[in-house]
Amino acid sequence: MKLVTMAAVAALTIGLSGAKAEPVKVGMITTLSGGGAGLGIDVRDGFMLAVKQSGNEDLEVVIEDDQRKPDIAVQLADKMIQSEKVDVLTGIIWSNLAMAVVPAATAQGKFYLSPNAGPSVLAGKGCHPNYFNVAWQNDNLHEAAGAYANFAGHKNSFILAPNYPAGKDALTGYKRFYEGDLAGEIYTKLGQTDYAAEIAQIRASGADSVFFFLPGGMGISFLKQYEDSGVDLPVVGPAFSFDQGILQAVGDAALGVINTSQWNKDIDNPTNKAFVDAFQAEYGRLPSLYASQGFDTANLLLSAMAKADVKDADAFREALKAADFSSTRGSFTFGPNHHPIQDIYVREVVKEGDVFTNKIIGTALTSHADAYWSECNM
Amino acid sequence: MSLILLIEQVLNGLQFGIMLFLMAAGLTLIFGVMGLINLAHGSLYMIGAFCAAAVAAASGSFILGLIAALAGAALAGALVELVVIRRLYDKDHLDQVLATFALILIFSEGTRWIFGSFPLFLNVPEFLSGPVTLPGGIEYPLYRLTLIVIGLLVALGLYLLISKTRLGVQIRAGENDREMIGALGVDIAMLYTIVFALGAALAGLSGALVGAIQSVQVGMGEPVLILAFVVIVIGGIGSIKGALIGAILVGLTDTLGGIFLPEALKLFFDPSTATSIGSSLASMAIYILMAAVLILRPAGLFGARA
Repeated sequence: MKLVTMAAVAALTIGLSGAKAEPVKVGMITTLSGGGAGLGIDVRDGFMLAVKQSGNEDLEVVIEDDQRKPDIAVQLADKMIQSEKVDVLTGIIWSNLAMAVVPAATAQGKFYLSPNAGPSVLAGKGCHPNYFNVAWQNDNLHEAAGAYANFAGHKNSFILAPNYPAGKDALTGYKRFYEGDLAGEIYTKLGQTDYAAEIAQIRASGADSVFFFLPGGMGISFLKQYEDSGVDLPVVGPAFSFDQGILQAVGDAALGVINTSQWNKDIDNPTNKAFVDAFQAEYGRLPSLYASQGFDTANLLLSAMAKADVKDADAFREALKAADFSSTRGSFTFGPNHHPIQDIYVREVVKEGDVFTNKIIGTALTSHADAYWSECNM
Repeated sequence: MSLILLIEQVLNGLQFGIMLFLMAAGLTLIFGVMGLINLAHGSLYMIGAFCAAAVAAASGSFILGLIAALAGAALAGALVELVVIRRLYDKDHLDQVLATFALILIFSEGTRWIFGSFPLFLNVPEFLSGPVTLPGGIEYPLYRLTLIVIGLLVALGLYLLISKTRLGVQIRAGENDREMIGALGVDIAMLYTIVFALGAALAGLSGALVGAIQSVQVGMGEPVLILAFVVIVIGGIGSIKGALIGAILVGLTDTLGGIFLPEALKLFFDPSTATSIGSSLASMAIYILMAAVLILRPAGLFGARA
């Protein structure tokens, strides 16, 4: 499936920066089929909404589906770089795919703007001047969950995550900020759907709280089974198990659960309000954090295009680094390793009418940077 | 590790095994009678879950959802048999694998086309939700107990069907010598469609029952399909009894392995390393079990042919 989308049908851009820049070609590799498609579709829709709003005719976007498979993502990246001759790559959702694509792409002089995955290697030793992460470093939301657990007075947490790199980053991130004891620590199988055994261990462990990182369908299964088991310890998790796309499938089991996120639809700034309204009008559903990340990524790119020519890599890099765009998150700056420095919020799942969604109830970490920037030399 | 926790985990393993049995029974029946490797069995599981979620959301009744799952999956199964599978019986296994793999892709993207990419909501009905207290003070979710009972009833029903009814006689005869029963005047084509629809209905039922405590989404069937294949290889291909024993073995090994391996390794390593190595070993446990069974009994526990 191939979609070549010519951006911007209407609206001539009249003299924002004087000279008309070279057109920029963007290759978006994201997950549009299979179990994780909801995330990729949200990133794509958020990104394309910003492109459409800008009316910028110099931006062309080529979108391809990686099927959540690293080998396919690598093939697509090669094709986009060699035959499509893209200037900028973006779109990858999963950290293992990002690790397969990003180092090779940046080594060939392409820019990569990550709308989601933020593996620790790319923030530390493997950082690159042409790699920018617009979402977060993987550990960030879990660190915020750890900070919240201290605030909430949790002293004995039971923690679990899937047995893969991002799962290990998650538990490491939580433990980096959490100051209490651990009642238990479990790595589950990636893609596991039955958590009866883990829930029985939680019940027997004497924990006072549970932290879990189980993105997508794994989180839906866990929450429904947890609710049904009668264990009623407070649960904390990152936003990935509570995004707008899956909350409806969890239903009442998610109500009142605390989760941490860098974005929510009620962050009070004009850009965010306009984004939430425009997204709903365009696609007929509420945006998720992934959609906000796609939207911010496109706006960052557009801001750099207004300042510099993409063929002048140094100038374009400086323009990206300035992050001179209006983010849905409010203030947005890059740290020295090109990862965001941002506030991370505590949200609670609520029901508005018939729709389950999140409400911000506090801030877990303010102007938070990742833990790896000092290892980055560039 | 207390006794209560142990009993609870055994129940969990049993419940997991029984749900695997519903998948594996259909798969082994289809393989046994028709000699067909059906990779699309996981898609029928998904169809059952989606039918149940859609009907339960529209009608508000979980029971109606279950009936819809049975009917929808059986219908899809019969349709697939008539249109595609029928042409594959005299082809070799590679062609069957290719064609049924194509069916997986068609069903997955077709479902996405109709229902979208976001998971659907299907929950445990009110009257089955929450935990019950078993003798000995064990708190256990009522819904999971219900799953064990339903699964055992289905196993009993299948046993009676195969051993006591005329259809069962034909199915057993079909496994042994399909030309001969055709010559005796049994409508083989009809028999195959019925068996395929029956297997599909069992997969659909399992998808709907499990969908209520997991997530109803595109691609939910494939991980279960792999386990179901492990089960029928352990149990012996074509044997319903083997599928039941194999499923329970796999369920118990997977659940108890996931608990005890990390615990056991904590005697030798620090907790974090033990957890990580133990989890990795536990995910291999059922394949090690399969290898061990195949070394001792190459045809599986109850397999008739090698």
